[in-house]
Amino acid sequence: MNKKLALIVTVLICVLHIIPFFILLNIAFKSPHDTSSKWLTPSYLYLANFVNAWQNAHLDSALLSNCIIASTAVVSVVIIGAMASYPLARFPTRWNTVMYTLCIACMIVPALTILVSLYKLVVDIGGIDTYWAVILIQITFSLPLTIFLYTGFLNTIPRELDEAALIDGCNRFTVFLYVLLPLLKPVTATVIILVGVFIWNDYQFSVFFLQQPGVQTFPVALSAFFSQYQNEINWVAAGCLISILPAVVVYTFLQRYFIKGLTDGIAK
Amino acid sequence: MHQQVRLQSAQPEELVTKKASEMRRKPRRSSPWLVNLMYLPALILLAVFIFYPFIQGVRYSFTNWDGYSEQFRWVGLLQYQRFLSDPDMLRTIVNTFIYGCGSTFLQNILGLAYALFLDQKIRGKGFVRTIVYLPIIISPLIMGYISYFFFQYDGGAANDVLHVLGRAPVDWLGNGPTAVWIITFVNTYQYMGVAMIIYLAGLQAIPREFQDAAAIDGASAVARFRFITLPLLMPAITVSVVYNVIGGLKLFDVIVAMTNGGPGYASQSLSTMMYNLYFAREDAGYAATLGNIMFLIITVVGIALLIALRRKEVRL
Repeated sequence: MNKKLALIVTVLICVLHIIPFFILLNIAFKSPHDTSSKWLTPSYLYLANFVNAWQNAHLDSALLSNCIIASTAVVSVVIIGAMASYPLARFPTRWNTVMYTLCIACMIVPALTILVSLYKLVVDIGGIDTYWAVILIQITFSLPLTIFLYTGFLNTIPRELDEAALIDGCNRFTVFLYVLLPLLKPVTATVIILVGVFIWNDYQFSVFFLQQPGVQTFPVALSAFFSQYQNEINWVAAGCLISILPAVVVYTFLQRYFIKGLTDGIAK
Repeated sequence: MHQQVRLQSAQPEELVTKKASEMRRKPRRSSPWLVNLMYLPALILLAVFIFYPFIQGVRYSFTNWDGYSEQFRWVGLLQYQRFLSDPDMLRTIVNTFIYGCGSTFLQNILGLAYALFLDQKIRGKGFVRTIVYLPIIISPLIMGYISYFFFQYDGGAANDVLHVLGRAPVDWLGNGPTAVWIITFVNTYQYMGVAMIIYLAGLQAIPREFQDAAAIDGASAVARFRFITLPLLMPAITVSVVYNVIGGLKLFDVIVAMTNGGPGYASQSLSTMMYNLYFAREDAGYAATLGNIMFLIITVVGIALLIALRRKEVRL
């Protein structure tokens, strides 16, 4: 292809995809009294937006909630998922095949379709506005994909390895613990990224189960903030910017792993 | 009986090594039954938070439950009949399919175009990939707010452009059909990177020799794409299309952020409608019915597409 044309197209694509973020930055740094076009970058930095957003949207507690929920849920998913995949991948008895199919079938069930009874259940067990209920639910709905990825990966590890370890005196459990687990690192990275991004950004569970400002995560806190200060879009923009910052920073440094992880998870 | 099953399903080499290992050292080995305990935590979680609510959801859809009181009446299929005769629902179903199929179509066409472009030797390829992929790590809700700033009526970025061009401002989100397409477009913008990466990986897996051989035989670029690239890309297309359709049909966050289903019910999807019925109108039985219908639609559409597309895949 013509080199110049390729360059023009490249620049065009980049500009097109940066526009929304460019606009967001402009609004976030503009004074609310500045009515100039959103396309224009302000010549000053109006940081009061960030202070207002941080205080009024309770972003400090949102950051804490996000960290607690995401880290606990991701660690648990990795442990429970990897554990579950070992018997499902290595001992495909008829019963275990049924179990595996049941797990995988859950991937199609969108969480929203069972919202009514799920909400009722959480109310009944006293889980509204608690971290543990949301964490358990996030774990549950991330499990099918996690098990799918781990069993898929385990199937690529030759069984001879297990047999060799068994001969050397391992039992079925220690084979998993000392031989297979260390080999699962690459797929664990995929799981952490995939599940981590999903849970960090989740809105559909958090909005139902976290109703008090103190326990809300970024998306929920922002949606409450937005409905309260709909006219102060500079504040909302600042809040949006703060809450996407952690993910964007991590993404910039680890983008190779992100792109690989997210695609591996989907493409398989 | 159980042992019989084990014997039948055991791999031949497993039987052989079992014997060999027992002869050599007789290691203490726990039975596979005990190992199965390892998926117990996962099974319990799935049972409590997915299977049980799912069954309960089916039960609630046959009642007139309001969502909080202890009492409700069994109404049989009344809620399903209500769904079929509800004038708001036609709009909702059509919208759900626009969100689902519209964004799938756009994402895949654009993703494929981007992938074909990036598959060449181009400077700044990695940068383009990073930029196009960036929105995926952002919460769809926040993506919705960012787009709201763009399309809002008063001082929105889109209307600023129209102003410079000397046109009257457009109320993008205040008009139902336009809002639906804008939401579809935002969803496309956010997730087209997934399709792009899947196609990019698919394109890179096609051996160059095929293209070269066809070129020597005189096939035009269009013919090469149509008869070589496209058929070999079918597995990637299947994955990408099915993934996008499921994602689009259950779209929720972006709609909440941009229009909240409005104006009126003009941009509601099944998911936002269900939320609305349950929490705002305390119509839990009907909301559960909607949930079941949504489940049915997504499963049927997803599986039908999977089967239809798989049939077209070719093997090397």
